[in-house]
Amino acid sequence: MSNENEGLRVKRLIPKNIGKYTMIIALVAIWVFFEIITKGIFLTPRNMNNLFLQMTFIGIASSAMVLIMVAGHIDLSAGSVVGFIGAVIAVLLRSHNTNVFLALLICVAIGAAIGIWQGYWVAYLGIPAFIVTLSSQLVFRGGVLGVTQGSTVQPDNAIFKAIGQGYLPNIGGPDASLNVTAILAGALFIIFYIAFSIKKRRDRIKFNFIVDKRSKFILKLIAMSIVIALVFQVWAKDRGIPIAIIILGVVVLIMHIVSTRTAFGRHVYAIGGNRDAAELSGINVKKTTMFIFIIMGIAASISGIVYTSRLNAAAIAGGTGSELDIIASAIIGGTSPSGGSGTVLGCIIGALVMASLDNGMSLLSLGSFEKYVVKGLVLLFAVVVDTINKRKL
Amino acid sequence: MEEYILKMEHITKVFPGVKALDDVTFSVKRGEIHALVGENGAGKSTLVKILSGVHPANSFEGKIILNGEEVKFNSIKDSTNQGIAIIHQELSQSDNLNIAESIFLGAEIKGKFGLIDWDTTYQKAAKYLEMVNLDIDPETKIINLGIGQKQLIEICKAISKNAKILILDEPTAALTETETENLLNFLREFQEQGVTCIYISHKLDEVLEIADSITVLRDGRSIITKDKKDISKEEMITHMVGRELTQMYPREEHHAGDTVLEIKDWSIFHPKITDKKLIDNVSFKAKRGEILGISGLMGAGRTELVMSIIGAYGSNISGELYVEGQKVQIKSPEEAINYGIGYVSEDRARYGLIQLQNIIFNTGLASFEQLTRNGLIDENELIAKTNEHVDLLDIRTPSIEQKAKNLSGGNQQKLVLAKWLMTNPKVLILDEPTRGIDVGAKVEIYNIMNNLIDQGVSIIMISSELPEVLGMSDRLLVMHEGKIAAELDCLETNQEEIMHYATGGE
Repeated sequence: MSNENEGLRVKRLIPKNIGKYTMIIALVAIWVFFEIITKGIFLTPRNMNNLFLQMTFIGIASSAMVLIMVAGHIDLSAGSVVGFIGAVIAVLLRSHNTNVFLALLICVAIGAAIGIWQGYWVAYLGIPAFIVTLSSQLVFRGGVLGVTQGSTVQPDNAIFKAIGQGYLPNIGGPDASLNVTAILAGALFIIFYIAFSIKKRRDRIKFNFIVDKRSKFILKLIAMSIVIALVFQVWAKDRGIPIAIIILGVVVLIMHIVSTRTAFGRHVYAIGGNRDAAELSGINVKKTTMFIFIIMGIAASISGIVYTSRLNAAAIAGGTGSELDIIASAIIGGTSPSGGSGTVLGCIIGALVMASLDNGMSLLSLGSFEKYVVKGLVLLFAVVVDTINKRKL
Repeated sequence: MEEYILKMEHITKVFPGVKALDDVTFSVKRGEIHALVGENGAGKSTLVKILSGVHPANSFEGKIILNGEEVKFNSIKDSTNQGIAIIHQELSQSDNLNIAESIFLGAEIKGKFGLIDWDTTYQKAAKYLEMVNLDIDPETKIINLGIGQKQLIEICKAISKNAKILILDEPTAALTETETENLLNFLREFQEQGVTCIYISHKLDEVLEIADSITVLRDGRSIITKDKKDISKEEMITHMVGRELTQMYPREEHHAGDTVLEIKDWSIFHPKITDKKLIDNVSFKAKRGEILGISGLMGAGRTELVMSIIGAYGSNISGELYVEGQKVQIKSPEEAINYGIGYVSEDRARYGLIQLQNIIFNTGLASFEQLTRNGLIDENELIAKTNEHVDLLDIRTPSIEQKAKNLSGGNQQKLVLAKWLMTNPKVLILDEPTRGIDVGAKVEIYNIMNNLIDQGVSIIMISSELPEVLGMSDRLLVMHEGKIAAELDCLETNQEEIMHYATGGE
C-alpha cells in the first residue's frame, strides 16, 4: 500500500500535461536560442514570415500524415508526390496553357487517385504501407523526371504564383505603415478563440468534466491571446497575411475537425488503438484505411501546389526528402509512431520546430551537414521524451 | 531408482483475487503416461506452468521433487535443462524456418569458429524425423506443415533436448482423427523408450485409451488420482464437475417470444487449415426474451460458431441464417450490427476495448455513425448517452473521461456491454461474460442480463462455468467437436449430464 501512495505522490509532483507542453517549451527554447545567437535577426517579422512560409507545405502534408500514422501506417511517398504534383501543375501551366483553376482541380484529382492506388494495396491486400509507399516514392520520383523531362519548369502564371507568394491586400491602403488586414484578422481570431474557449469550458462544466480553475483558465486565455497577437504582428509589420498560410489554416482546421468530430476520424483512432476491437465493433477497417490514403494523397497534392507556387519552379529534385520532415513533424507533434494517438494541431508545432531549426541554421550559414544531424537528433529526442513521459504516467 | 520420477507436493498458487491452485499434490511414476483432466479453469495449465518454470519458484508455495531431489525452476530454461519439455496447445514456431532450423532453434550445433555446423544439423534432424515416423525433408519450411506435423516437430525438439518428461497440453485439439491416431501410436513408442508423459486433454475417451493413470483437478484442487483400470468415464465426470451450486444466480422467470435468430445446417472450416471442419451442421434458434446458453469444453467450437455468425471468422461457410424470419447473409461485424446482432468477446482487452481511449470513446465505438448529424458526431448526444449507460450499468469511475485501461475488470466488461447497448441490439451474444471478474461484478452482470431480457433482447451466452450456465440460461446447447451434442432444458438438467454430452457421450 505504501508503495502505491508513494506512486501517487510522485505522479502529483509531475504536472499532468507535461508531455503535451514539452514540444512547445522546446520550440520556445529554440527560438530564444536562435534569437540570441543571431543577435536579433531570427525573430524579426521578415524572418518569422519566411519561417512560417517554409513550414506551410510540410504542415499541410503533415496534418494528413497524422491520420496515416494514427492508423498505424506510414507514407514514405509524400515527398515524391509533392514533387510530382508540383511538376504536373508547372507543365500544365507552362506547356499546355491550361486554365489555372482546371489545373488545380486536375492536380487534386491526381492526388486522390494516388491515394486510391496506395490505399488499395494497403487496405484490401494487406501489403504493409511501408512497402507500398516506398514503391510509390520511387515511382513518383521517376514521374517527376518524366513530366519535367529532366529540366526545371517555371510555371510563370500570376494567379498560380499568388498561392505561394501572394498576400491578402491591406485594407488600410498600400501605403499604410502597418498591415491593417492582419491587425483586424488577429483581433477577430483572438475574439473567436476566447468565445470558443468559454463555450467549451461551459459545456465541460455542464457535463461535470474536470476543468481548470478559473484563474488558471483566464491565465491560459491571456497567454494564448498574446501568442496569437505575436503571430499576427509578424504579418502586420511585414507584408500582410500570406495566402499560403490561409490555405494551411483551412487544411489544418478541416483535418482537426475530421479527426476529432467525425465518425471516420474516430474510427481511425479506433483502428490504430486496437484493430481487432475496431473490426468487431462494426468498423469497416478496409474502407476507412482507403479513405485515409485518399486524404493523404489530396493533402500531398495541395502541398505540392503550394510548394511549387512559392518557388515558381518545379525542379527535378523537388520535394526530395521532405517526406522525412513531414513524418518527423507528426512525431514531434506527439503522434505515436506505433499508432493510436496523435493530434493534427500537434503536428503544426512539430512542423514549426523543424522549420525553425532549418531557418535558424540557415541564418547561421550552417550547411546541410549540420541541419541533417540536428534534425535527426531532435526527432529522436522527441520520441524519447514521449516514451519516458508515457512510462511515468 | 525412485518409483516416482516427479512429485509436486502441496502446490498453492494465488493470482490477484483468485486461488488458481489450492494444495495440489500430483505424482507421476517413471515411464507412465499420466493424464491430467478437469474442466476449463480447473488449474491444469497453471500446474503445468509451474512445472515448466513459467511461474518461477518463488511465486508459489509447495515443492517440486524430481528424481527424489527438490528442484527450483526460475525459467523455462531451468526446467528444460532438467529434461522437462512442454508441447503447448498453441504451437509457437516461426513459419519461415525450416524443420532442421526449428528443431535446433536456440540450441544450434556449433562447429569450427563457433559457426553453425549445418551438415550435422541436417543429419540429426533427419534422424529425429525418422524416429517420429515423419517422411519429409528436413529443409521443408514450417509454414508448409499441417498442425499434426508441427506437433511432431515440437516432439523432435523435445527429443533433441533429451527430454525425460514430455508434457502435452491438449495435443489433439486441432488434429484430425488419423493425425490423432498417429500421435497416440507415437506416444506409446516413446513410452517404450522410457520417457514419461503428462497428457492434458478434455477428450475423456482418448484419455482412457492412452493413459496409465489419471488425475482429476477441480477448482484448483487435486481431487483424485487413479489407475486407468480403476476408473470409468462417468466417475471422471462426477469428479470433474462436483462444483457447488450457489445462490448467486438471480434467476428470473423468462417468457420466450418469437425466434429472432436462427441458423440451419451451419458448417464452417478453419480459416487457414481449409480442410478442417470446425462447425459441423449446426442448427439452432434464439428467441426474444430468453437466454440461450452454449456450453462445451475448450476447442468444441463455441466461439468459432458465434464469430462465424457475425461474419468475423471461418472459411467456406455453408448453411442458412435467418434474422426475424428473413434469410440474410452477414459478411462482416458491420453488417451484423445493422441486423441488430452484437458480440461481446471473451477477451475484452484484445477484442473489446480501445485501452488508450476514454469511456466516451469506447461506449460510442460501435455507434459513431448513428450519432452523426450533418457530417459531425453530435457530442452532446454522445456524452448524454454515455452518462445514461454509465448510470444504467453502474460503471464505477471518477469521470467518463477516464481511460479504459484504468478501469477494473468488471467495469471494463460493463463498458463493453455499454458499447453494445448503445447500438440497441436485438440479439446480444455474450462470450464468457464473467471471465476474470470478481463475484460482486458477476452478479451485477447477471442482473443486467435479466434487465435486457425484460426489454425483449435475445441473449446467447457462451460459458465454461457450468453453474453459471445452469443458473442463468433457459435453454442450453452442449457442443462437442463442432457439433451440437444435446439441447437441454436448464431447469431439468445437471452438471453431470452437461459434462457427459460435452465429453462426447451419447
